Amino acid sequence: MNLRKKTLGYAIVAFVLLLLPVVLSPLLGSEQLATHLTARNEAPSWSHPFGTDWLGRDMFTRSIKGLALSLGVGLTAALASGLIAGTLGLMAATLGKAADRFISWLIDLFLSVPHLVLLLLIAFVTGGGVKGVIIAVGLTHWPSLARLIRAEILQLKSSEFVLVSRHMGRSRWWIATRHLLPHLWPQFIVGTLLLFPHAILHEAAITFLGMGLSPHQPAIGIILSESMRYLSTGMWWLAFFPGLCLLILVRSFDVLATNLYALVDPNRSQE
Amino acid sequence: MQLEARSISKRYGEEQWLFRNANAALQTGEVVGLLGPSGCGKSTFCRILAGYDSSTEGEVMLDGERLPSKGYRPVQLIFQHPERAVNPRWKAGAIMNEGWQPDGSMLESLEINPEWLNRWPSELSGGELQRICIARALAPHTRFILADEMTTMLDAITQARIWKTVLELAASRQMGLMVVSHDRHLIDRICTRVIDFRSLG
Repeated sequence: MNLRKKTLGYAIVAFVLLLLPVVLSPLLGSEQLATHLTARNEAPSWSHPFGTDWLGRDMFTRSIKGLALSLGVGLTAALASGLIAGTLGLMAATLGKAADRFISWLIDLFLSVPHLVLLLLIAFVTGGGVKGVIIAVGLTHWPSLARLIRAEILQLKSSEFVLVSRHMGRSRWWIATRHLLPHLWPQFIVGTLLLFPHAILHEAAITFLGMGLSPHQPAIGIILSESMRYLSTGMWWLAFFPGLCLLILVRSFDVLATNLYALVDPNRSQE
Repeated sequence: MQLEARSISKRYGEEQWLFRNANAALQTGEVVGLLGPSGCGKSTFCRILAGYDSSTEGEVMLDGERLPSKGYRPVQLIFQHPERAVNPRWKAGAIMNEGWQPDGSMLESLEINPEWLNRWPSELSGGELQRICIARALAPHTRFILADEMTTMLDAITQARIWKTVLELAASRQMGLMVVSHDRHLIDRICTRVIDFRSLG
């Protein structure tokens, strides 16, 4: 087994881990989310692997459903961010000096405001909920990727092989699709994938701070913020398992993105 | 045909002039050497002659007309660093065939192993890549070749073989060849005329 196959293996394992909550969530049904006052505050056991909370709700079901929701919110927000980043990066690099200066200024502006403050503000203005969280996360996570794409295009445009291609009589469109895109795609896809963990963590963060999803939804941020009140009474499983799941989810994205990048890099095609 | 630099000058921004009022002419069928110390502007001069860069003042003329800005350019430059002149995400075969399809005899005379064509640029040495770049620039429409330190990274024997091929081809197709180098011996050996860059401008 060579390193390349191993890389592919890691990517697939990470992908399956990510898919798990999405597949499990509808299978579990909502019956377990109802309150069972006879089974309150139970420590982890075979019937309740993650324990139950102070209302007798099964924490395993809540965590899986929370992860699925986080994945959905993260996916939409990361895609929106990626789209904004791609469009603005492309515009900055191709529409001339004035556009470039304006977009660079916009990027600097967004980067200079503390992330969380901006997130809270936008989530508050849009009224919270799933929609508010998606808009807030989507609108705040594009600057670094936009900057990356802009720099990449500018560098490619002046690279010798693009100049040579023009001397070979190739058209702008031909060069854009054959020379520029193959360089931009991996950057864009990996950049968007790496936005994902950010988006999920920030979704959890604003929900934790009370500006995000509404409390009856089984979201990881809600679960974590509620568990804070019960930690001191020794109910460690309320925070431990959901938190661990969130970490595994985020790490899976990281592993998926870095391994995908290694797979499409020609310098590493023989490893 | 004649490639002519009409009193071209170049400077970057407000810095001091790299060269001023440089005049030079190159005829088809001629092999001209361009000599000069490192950093004197030879490469920039070549880039301007080939239309890769614009001059601050003056013009480059091809048979009394401006260099074409569309289609396959009759003036081709071969860069000093082949690894920068190829797309790292293309295989060598695609790189070589970007402008035209060199035939087997061309590959043989440039000593290009057909196996290389299925490799990524990062898997080829500088000399191997440079041969691919040379083949790429030798399309039938090429009238002038500007070789900017083209064989510096090759060993002496390969260097001699490549120059033999290129010179033969230039003679049979009546191409103009400009050899940029700081290697006096190479230039004395292969050129019909030598220009000292410092005397230009």
